Amino acid sequence: MDFEFTEEQRMVKEAAADFSKNSLMPKAQEFDEKEEIPPEVYKELAGLGYLGMLLPEEYGGSNLDFMSYICAMEEFAKPCAALEIALSVHNSLVCDAILMFGTEEQKKKYLPALARGEKIGAYSLTEPGSGTDAGSLRTTAVLQGDHYLVNGTKTFVTNGGIADLFVVFLSTNPELKSKGISCILVEKGTEGFSIGAKEKKMGIKGSDTRELSFADCKIPKENLLGEENKGFKVALSLLNSGRIGVGAQCVGIAQAAFEESLKYSKERVQFGQPICNFQAIGFKLADMATEIDAARLLVYRAAHLKSTGKKCNTEASMAKLFASEVANRVVNEAVQIHGGYGYMKEYPVERYFRDARVTEIYEGTSEAQRMVISRDLLKD
Amino acid sequence: MKISKEHEEFRAKVREFAEREIEPKARELDETGQFPFDTVKKLGEMGILGMVVPKEYGGSGHDTLSYTIAVEEVSRVCGSTGITVAAHNSLGIYPIYLFGNEEQKRKHIPDLASGKKLGSFGLTEPDAGSDAAGTKTTAVLDGAHYVINGTKTFITNASVGETFVITAMTDRSKGYKGISSFILEKGVKGFSIGKKENKMGLRGSDTATLVFEDVRLPKENLLGKEGEGFKQFMITLDGGRISIGAMALGIAQGAYDKALNYAKEREQFGQPITSFQAIQWKLADMATQLEAARHLIYHASELKDKGERFIKESAMAKLYASEVGRFVTYQAIQIFGGYGYLSDYPVERYMRDVKLCEIGEGTSEIQRLIIARELLR
Repeated sequence: MDFEFTEEQRMVKEAAADFSKNSLMPKAQEFDEKEEIPPEVYKELAGLGYLGMLLPEEYGGSNLDFMSYICAMEEFAKPCAALEIALSVHNSLVCDAILMFGTEEQKKKYLPALARGEKIGAYSLTEPGSGTDAGSLRTTAVLQGDHYLVNGTKTFVTNGGIADLFVVFLSTNPELKSKGISCILVEKGTEGFSIGAKEKKMGIKGSDTRELSFADCKIPKENLLGEENKGFKVALSLLNSGRIGVGAQCVGIAQAAFEESLKYSKERVQFGQPICNFQAIGFKLADMATEIDAARLLVYRAAHLKSTGKKCNTEASMAKLFASEVANRVVNEAVQIHGGYGYMKEYPVERYFRDARVTEIYEGTSEAQRMVISRDLLKD
Repeated sequence: MKISKEHEEFRAKVREFAEREIEPKARELDETGQFPFDTVKKLGEMGILGMVVPKEYGGSGHDTLSYTIAVEEVSRVCGSTGITVAAHNSLGIYPIYLFGNEEQKRKHIPDLASGKKLGSFGLTEPDAGSDAAGTKTTAVLDGAHYVINGTKTFITNASVGETFVITAMTDRSKGYKGISSFILEKGVKGFSIGKKENKMGLRGSDTATLVFEDVRLPKENLLGKEGEGFKQFMITLDGGRISIGAMALGIAQGAYDKALNYAKEREQFGQPITSFQAIQWKLADMATQLEAARHLIYHASELKDKGERFIKESAMAKLYASEVGRFVTYQAIQIFGGYGYLSDYPVERYMRDVKLCEIGEGTSEIQRLIIARELLR
């Protein structure tokens, strides 16, 4: 096993780390307080190639291998978890979905625009009655000649308010349940398609989360992504990159929280000495560092498998499960190490604490991950 | 846990008020951060703001267990209001009651107990957190006055308080035995309040800085004797810990109640999610820890009322209940799934609110130090 990065991976990581430190960190608190990441940020990221990381050059992408992509994502998550998830959805759910399942026409139509940041992508699976039970969709699409007539509601759509293109899962055949799900591309502004108000959340406030409504919305047949009733396959094939992406987000959040805590514990003096001298604090730091390392290795292992075209369902699930639990443990200790200051918004660990919480919920709750892993373990 | 009929009736009374008057405003309070003066006034009328002193000083004449229950029930719907009540009672009024002379008690306690004035406790400083004895605020005797200079941070009820108990160093050569306490009223020349803190949670609770610039306090404002400050605040915090434990317990109970209801209603895979072992196990663990926390807090309350030593028990109660608070609110959000992360549902606020209980009035690390000391004495 070679635990070293390739030269390209190292360069991608460093470039992303630089951008994070210089361009994101100074504004991250503002993004959280204003509950918005302004369009200029996405434009800047697009100019640097971060909105088409996984796309081939022929579509204007940066053609990074999946491992390099994950390296970049971990670095973005450090100052701003909200931005990381926006990029993760755009890159690994939307761009990848179209790359893998789109017709040549769809690819030409959408991918270059997504890579240039002219269009931001959003991904919509969840519904009020369909969370962990993702196969029980109630949004329907009825084929009527040259278009589908769509009705229903979708919830918790990341990038919902800033996206121009939506990858939406719906039911073309409710009786077949998950075998009747299709995937369709919806453009903002389509008649009958409306975007709800921005959700108010505990954290990742800079990430724009919305509800979508379809009321007799007509979507052209050509917008079907992949085959009719084979949509669940599309969703499943994207799960791994989504999960590994969240795993990287978790490692980034945890690493940032840890670094702040390490720094603070060396500077903060109580009882005549820096608090890092006290065993309780020293041991907290040791546990944090150990767990972050373990989480990182699980994420990198899954990313490496995916990068090399190998099956990685269980590994991706394990990485997401473990990294999200670690992130939450680490941010809690980070606040604790900062004492009263950790509860104040001037200190970034306060934000990391709120941001980390979502990671055990989205992209499949920890309970869903345990279902995936245990099923795999118990397969013959 | 079995408590007397009177205590159960008292709990029901506070719960009814809390659900009717406080709960509907809790979200707005969190979002606007506007101090709930009207709620506080009503709590004053109910006697909830005078629970730690007897009737002769205008208090409601209840025991510690009742006070604990009151804080618990208010916190169950609103952590911000809970901590306002707890800090006012345990930190604002109680030190004056324990250490004040008759004149000081008669002058200050009745207005505090009725809620006409709010109380506040200025102990923490930028360099004196866990090391509470690292006081840098000074009080220099100058004729008939003490001249106070310094800063206090993270003070609950700072901007809304009118009567403050503060610590200051009167004799640095004596180390922690050179700390004294003073009663200070709002409006005294040189005493100002700094900017309100922007916090993770408890956003309806007022937290700010106290600034003393050559504040001249009459000698009569000294609480007890010079040099007694450290002992006084340690004793004050022993009682305060029970109330913070009660606050954490209340918040946790509120989160659990909401999660239980949601789990019964939410269906996935064609059945209520309570059908799944994973959810049942969470609820079982949450309920068990709540019971254990409740026992610890009520036991500490009873020891205090019996006049027995309760330092270890109050530290254990605060430590355990605050950690249970974190576990239960965390699991409550998990049970709600995506909805648990939205501000439309109260559980994310509960988690933000209860986190402070592991920090304020002695961090969990300090509680462990105190408990270890008690075990090893």
